Amino acid sequence: MTTVSHLLPKDAGAAVPRAGTLPLRSGLGLKPEHFRTILDTLPDLGFFEIHAENYMVDGGPFHHYLTLIRGHYPLSIHGVGLSIGGEGPLDEAHLDRLAALIARYEPQSFSEHLAWSSHGDVFLNDLLPAPYDAATLQRVCDHVDRVQERLRRRMLLENPATYVEFAASTMAEADFIGAVVQRTGCGLLLDVNNAHVSCTNHGRDARAFIAALPLAATAQIHLAGFAQDVDAAGDPLLIDSHGAPIAQAVWDLYRYTLQRTGPLPTLIERDSDIPPFPVLLAEAQQAEALLLAAAEPRTEYA
Amino acid sequence: MSPQGSFAAALLDPERPCPAGLTAWNGSDPAPRFRVYRNNVIVSLIDALADTFAVTQELVGEEFFRAMARLYACAQPPQSRLLAFYGASFPDFIEGFPPAAGVPYLADVARLEQLRVVAYHAADVAPIGSDEIGAALADEGALPGLVFRLHPSLSVLGSAFAVVSLWAAHQGLRELSTVAPATAETALILRHGLAVEVIQVSAAAGVFIAALRVGESLGAAAEMAAAEDAGFDLAGTLGLLLQKEAVTALHSPRRSS
Repeated sequence: MTTVSHLLPKDAGAAVPRAGTLPLRSGLGLKPEHFRTILDTLPDLGFFEIHAENYMVDGGPFHHYLTLIRGHYPLSIHGVGLSIGGEGPLDEAHLDRLAALIARYEPQSFSEHLAWSSHGDVFLNDLLPAPYDAATLQRVCDHVDRVQERLRRRMLLENPATYVEFAASTMAEADFIGAVVQRTGCGLLLDVNNAHVSCTNHGRDARAFIAALPLAATAQIHLAGFAQDVDAAGDPLLIDSHGAPIAQAVWDLYRYTLQRTGPLPTLIERDSDIPPFPVLLAEAQQAEALLLAAAEPRTEYA
Repeated sequence: MSPQGSFAAALLDPERPCPAGLTAWNGSDPAPRFRVYRNNVIVSLIDALADTFAVTQELVGEEFFRAMARLYACAQPPQSRLLAFYGASFPDFIEGFPPAAGVPYLADVARLEQLRVVAYHAADVAPIGSDEIGAALADEGALPGLVFRLHPSLSVLGSAFAVVSLWAAHQGLRELSTVAPATAETALILRHGLAVEVIQVSAAAGVFIAALRVGESLGAAAEMAAAEDAGFDLAGTLGLLLQKEAVTALHSPRRSS
């Protein structure tokens, strides 16, 4: 008996989430202070996301609770320590730890950042910027290739929030990301808050930036809150703090994005000043209402 | 120095100027923008230390703690991408930090807190069953040669100060005013089920458990404990380890296993 289904493009019928992808729903970052609440109440959420490095420990409560929660929800593993934009080679031992974590929890998505976070033997614990030039592009593509080869899966690359630009840059950020996606086949994790923060910080139009991204490769969206400062000229300088509710400007940009991408798995990130769980759940429900609206048939062309 | 090398060096050294080659769209000085990164890095490291060393922070106050943590983070930034264990050398730093000399027990309280984090994330290993314990204890001739494997979360901290009482007072478990800080105490730290426990044991019990932990036989460990204190309570200490499910294997070297 023959079947032609394997001849179909991988994305055929992509409106229905395949097993192995995140559902077209909203999700929350998993915080240890919410482990018990989640298991006791099993909130109606599409997925949870963890920071990979937090779970690279041998045992104890983190693995205990994640195992239980994974039994009820799809999972996204989001790395913050690979240093894909780093000058040096990738840390193979860290890749091994990632591979082990992925084998253990079988997440529906793995993502990392367009940034660097370590130099030499020092880990700086922040997502640091690199110039958008040919040398960085080559390095990032080599690193993404290596990650996808080692993990034997497609990864998503997240657009960064940045506070400085480089005289050495020769490409716009959206074009740089488009080139990485095109050359490596990786997907895009579109952080809408980062888009708003970076475009505000660099005097650019966030909608034009998003429209210039490789939106067809977008597989997940991040939403978060920012803090506000000013630069030396008194212009706004927004800081990606993950410590506040999502701002109205970011909700608006999210709606704009969904109009172009259709519904996508959407994560609410909150990593400091963490409120009670119901507050985060309400933000996730707000996102889900918007992404469900984006799934409805368009009427404007009727 | 490479571009990222200069960037990294300037992040950790506030005396260094903003790296060259940075720009801002409005032509403004990029230095305040670079300071966002410098602040993110150092504050995230200080916050990580404050998470692990919460009682240490309470003992000296937030302002003192964060100033001390900032100096440590700049001098000894993490070398691992796993931040949970950052600060393993912070207790030693505290011990050699002259402004903290007025709080002589501070370093040992920090050691206790660091061992609690290690215990929290240590591997899960099942304890031995009661039938295995019964069989081992029944063979009296083999008892002195018996070697124990203890749970990976377990550690012993002997201190010239009242580390357990000080720590407990900051958990609301006892009244701080009743603690005499200059009293020597020994802490047994382990994870029992999902909960990390800090248990005060005698100095001799500490010697005994620490000896078992590094593979000394039951007989040798008991002799070392008795040398510390002739009144060492062997049965009570073994009972504690078994009650806390801290024994994960027994091995008698005289037999094939």
